[in-house]
Formats: sequence, structure tokens, C-alpha cells
Amino acid sequence: MAAKRTKADTSANASRPASLSKTPTGIKGLDAITLGGFPKGRPTLLCGAAGCGKTLFAMTFLVNGVNKFGEPGVLMSFEERARDLETNVASLGYDVAELVERKQLVIDHVYIERAEIEESGEYDLEGLFVRLGYAIDSIGAKRVVLDTIEALFSGLDDTAILRSELRRLFAWLKDKGVTAIITGERGEGQLTRYGIEEYVSDCVILLDNRVEDQVTTRRLRVVKYRGSSHGTNEYPFLIDEHGISVLPITAAELGHKISRESVSTGVSGLDDMLGIRGYFRGSSILISGLAGTGKSTFASAFVNAACERGERCLFFAFEESPDQIVRNMASVGFKLDQHIDSGLLDFRAARPSLYGFEMHLARMNRDIEDFAPQVIVVDPISAFRGPSSEIHSTLIRLADICKSKGITALFTSLSSSGEQMTESERSVSSLMDTWISLKDMEANGERNRVLYLLKSRGMNHSKQLREYQLTNHGVHMVDAYVGPDGVLTGTARIAQEAREREAGLSRKQATERRRREVARKRAAVDRQIAELRAALETEEAEMATLIEQEEARELAHGTERSEMAAIRGVRS
Amino acid sequence: MIVTKKDDGYVADTPNGLSESESGEYNLRLYVAGQTPKSLAAIANLKKLCENNLAGRYTIDVVDLLVTPQLAAGDQIVALPTLVRRLPPPLKRVIGDLSNTERVLVGLDIRPKTGSST
Repeated sequence: MAAKRTKADTSANASRPASLSKTPTGIKGLDAITLGGFPKGRPTLLCGAAGCGKTLFAMTFLVNGVNKFGEPGVLMSFEERARDLETNVASLGYDVAELVERKQLVIDHVYIERAEIEESGEYDLEGLFVRLGYAIDSIGAKRVVLDTIEALFSGLDDTAILRSELRRLFAWLKDKGVTAIITGERGEGQLTRYGIEEYVSDCVILLDNRVEDQVTTRRLRVVKYRGSSHGTNEYPFLIDEHGISVLPITAAELGHKISRESVSTGVSGLDDMLGIRGYFRGSSILISGLAGTGKSTFASAFVNAACERGERCLFFAFEESPDQIVRNMASVGFKLDQHIDSGLLDFRAARPSLYGFEMHLARMNRDIEDFAPQVIVVDPISAFRGPSSEIHSTLIRLADICKSKGITALFTSLSSSGEQMTESERSVSSLMDTWISLKDMEANGERNRVLYLLKSRGMNHSKQLREYQLTNHGVHMVDAYVGPDGVLTGTARIAQEAREREAGLSRKQATERRRREVARKRAAVDRQIAELRAALETEEAEMATLIEQEEARELAHGTERSEMAAIRGVRS
Repeated sequence: MIVTKKDDGYVADTPNGLSESESGEYNLRLYVAGQTPKSLAAIANLKKLCENNLAGRYTIDVVDLLVTPQLAAGDQIVALPTLVRRLPPPLKRVIGDLSNTERVLVGLDIRPKTGSST
């Protein structure tokens, strides 16, 4: 057997000069982490505590092998009977019985009951080899799962024989050229209870199921992968009716391509405030604000506008049910139900406490992949509770996933009262490209809503506080009154505007009065001038009369004198 | 009497059935894989043991799994050699080369006849 194994190994190495060839698992995310899947033709150890999903993982590997890659598989189960297995994985939507019927899958239940077995003398596990070999050869299997082979240790006494036989078994599996998964129960201080990781050392994957704050999160880690690089972190994974999906952590580098295109916010006044008349496509937007400031309304405005452009939107709701959102948004004039009917909009609603934060993320990632939206909304991120470092890291991942796919992501966050940022806001603020803060202004016995742009990367934007109103035709932006007394909103603004109008009117009236007075004065002066002139003319006229009279008198006088002289001369 | 099955024409049960088993008939089947030293030892040990303790009231099938591998799953064979007591019920298994006679007798639940050679 040993000689055969060496021969097989060398021939395999020769035919594989560049890199290890891999067998894809077909599990979303896992193939990304392992850069292609499990090592082809080698056994992989899948270990974890009870209830981690080892069997489901292994079964998914087999079912995907048949359905996606055309590779038949053998499941040798040491714990569950074939019928139980079929029932258990039916919850993932796998029709195992049908695969068995089609001779694509063989399920062999190995049953060992210590009480029924007496050991007398030397033995080996050739029987297991024969069974497995027969099962593999009968359908030409390429994939094999041994679940959980360590059950042998509780059924048989001679561990020395078991260990040497297991070592032989794994070598034999390599010889067979099948890609195998061996599952193992997590043991104290070692990966498996009986330390079989010692024999299966090509690839080891550890599943974990941790409870923090009464919330369970499943995680997966590639402990080792001989001959291949792999993701080294713990990755959350999800088991639900759509099967298993693993959330790959973001690419390490910030290399995603970005868009220079703008997308409307759905609020024309807000578009005006942003230098490029909207958000950048593929950017992350945070809308934070107190309760009742209209965060969801802004989000819906954006979704509404996107759907009207014919883009696909996915709305993750964590506080309201989809029906409630649709009803409420109808009151501000957004007919979201039309978009749902046309298939452009879809809601995914879940209670934040349903899973751990990372599980939510895993689920969202899968939904994003399935729905392929251009726009997503997460309403709100503040609904999540957990350690801030975890929230931060997972939101980074979500934002990164969206950016790498060119999805415009809008997050809302509920602020607590006062100026302090909430935990979730602070942790994500650096991730956000545009941050709109919605505020309440309370004065004169009323509350009014204003918004301002805290930041908006890569564009000039308004720095002004702007008042907005939620009308039944959407969000309406109003110019806020900014004066010496600060920002006035609502009726205070209206009153101030009225006061200003009044003051303007009285100024106008004063001017008018002044103008009339001047006119009157001018008229008076003109009149005086006319009077004076008339007086002067009278005087001149009198003067002329006098001169005339004088001249006449002179003339008369002269005549008189000559007459008198004549009289004196002639008559004397 | 030893019946060695060389091909897959394996006979399911002894035709004699229950009546004989009630009378103490032992139907034993020994699974082996090829003519390995362990197989041969097991066959020899079993034959001797039966002659000594069950003379005249036993049948032995030897099933070579290299010839009929499809039979391995049916009787839940993992280790080899495995001796299965098919009759009388309940089913009993002894694994190993049967070199420890005491353990085999315990495993097969055989009470040696008083007076017979031990």
C-alpha cells in the first residue's frame, strides 16, 4: 500500500507543476476564501463542536458536486441513518433521495455498537475499505464524505489498530483520487476528540458556533491549507433554507473602481445642495438623525427615484415591516408598492436580534448577490447591538461589498438626543462618503426639521442649514432664515419674514412721504418765484408807465415852453 | 460442514430455518478479504472451535469481500475478519482472527457442553 501511495503522489506532482488543483465546494464564499475550493484528490478535515453544521456542510459539498459540477459522491455516515440524513438536509432544499435514485449519490450508514461486538485477536478495517471502495466504484464517485469517522473510536477498543488503519485509509483515499471531507468533533485542547488532524493534514477547516449576548453566530476558519494561500480570518456563515453561505471578508486592498456619475437623491432641494446634483454612484451615504426626523423618508425618496430610473433596489428593514414602510411612504407621495410590483424593489425585513450582526451581514451579502441591486438601503444600522469593534468591522465589510459591486448604499442611523454620536455612527462615519445630519430645531413651542451636510467627499456642497418639510408630495426643502439671531425655522421664520416685509413697507411709505413733501416744497418755491416774478413784472409795468408819463410830461413841458416863447417873442 | 462462497451467488439463509436454530443450530458467517494470514488464521481457528464446541450443529459461510464487496454493507462489516452469528438470534459479531477462544465463545454466547473437550 505504501509503495502504491508514493507512486501516486509523484505522478500527481508531476502532472501538477504550477499549483494545487482544487475541487470547488459550490458554497458561496467558501470557494473565495480557499481560492477555489478544497484540495483536489486529498482529504480535508472539517471539525467543530456539536451543532456547528459539519454534516450540512459536508452534504452541501456532495449535493453541489452532483448538481453543479457533475461529480457523484459517497457519504459514509457513522452517526446518522440515511433516512434521517435525507430528512435533515431536506430543510436546505436538497432532494437526496432523488440523487440516490439517479445513482449520483450513495449513502452508507456504518453502524457500530460496542455491545454487539466482541474482539478476539488481530483485525483491521479492511471491511470499511471494501465498503467505501465498492460505493465509490459503483457510481464513479469523485467526492467522499466520512461523517464522523471518530465514531469508530467509541465502537472499537483497540485504538492502536484504529490509528494505523485511519492513517492507511486517508492514504488510500488519496490513491483513489477522491476529494474527501472527514468531519470530526471538536476535542479538548485539540481540533478533534481523537486527534485525527494528525493524519488529515492537507486542509483543516474549523467551524464554530459562538453565543455572545444571547445571539449565536456561526463562524468558519481555514486553519491550514497545505500548498495554497487562503483567507486566514474567521468568517461568519449562514445556514438557512437557501443552503449555506459564507461571508468572505472584503478584499484587503482598497482597489475598487469608482464612478463619477451622480445619482439623484430624490429630493430636488437636496440635489441642489450637493455639488454634483446628487450622490456619487457607488458611494456610501449615511443619514443620521433623531427619531421622527424622516430618515426613512429620505431613504425612500432615494429608492423611489432610483426605481423611477429603472434601477433595482434592495431595502433591508430592521425596524418596520415592508407593509408598514409602503403604507407610511405612501403618505409622503412615494408609491413604493408599484416598484415592488414591477420587481425593481424588494424588501428584506428581519428583527436585528434574529441573528448576530455578522449573520445579518452574511445574509445581506447573499441577498445582494441574488438580487443584484444597484441601490441598497439599510434602515437603520443603529438597530444592531453589539461590541462596537464588531459593528465597525462588519459595516466596513458591507460598505466594501457594495463599493466593489458599484452599489450605492444608503444607511440610516438613529441618533440619541443631544450632540453625541451613537456608537454605530461614530464607528461608520469614516466609511461614509456623504453624511447628512437631520436635526430637530425646537423653539417658540414648535419643532422644525433642518438638515445639513456633515460631509460629502469629492464634491463641493452647501454648508448651510436647510429646513425641510415632509409634504404629501415628497420632501420639500425650504430656505432657512439665517439672521443675527441664528437660524429661524417654522413659524418663527414666517414671523420674521412678515416683520421684514412690514419694515420694508414702512420704509417704502416713508420714502413716498418724503418724495411728496419735496414735491410740495418745490411747488411752493415755484409758486413763490412766480409771485415774485409777478410782483417784479407789476413794478416794471408801473415803471414803464411812469417813464411814459414822464416823457409825456417832458414833451408837454417842452411844447408849452416853446409855445410860451413864441408867444413872448412874437407878441413882444 | 464448511461452505465457502467464492462468487456472488450467496445463499441468504439456511433452508432449515428456525426449527433447527431453536434446536441449537448455529448459522455462522465469516467475512474475510482475500487469503491473508489473518483470514486463514480466522478460518482455522473457527473451524477448530466449532468442532470442539458445536460439533454437528453448525454451518459456516465464508464470504470473501474481495469477491463480493456489495455484501459488506448489509451485515455492517467494518473490521475484518468478522464472524457473524446469524442464528440463533440475536445477531452477534466477533472481530479479529479468533485466536482468543474464550472471547469468541463469549461473543457467540456458546455455553460449552459439559463433558465436551475444552
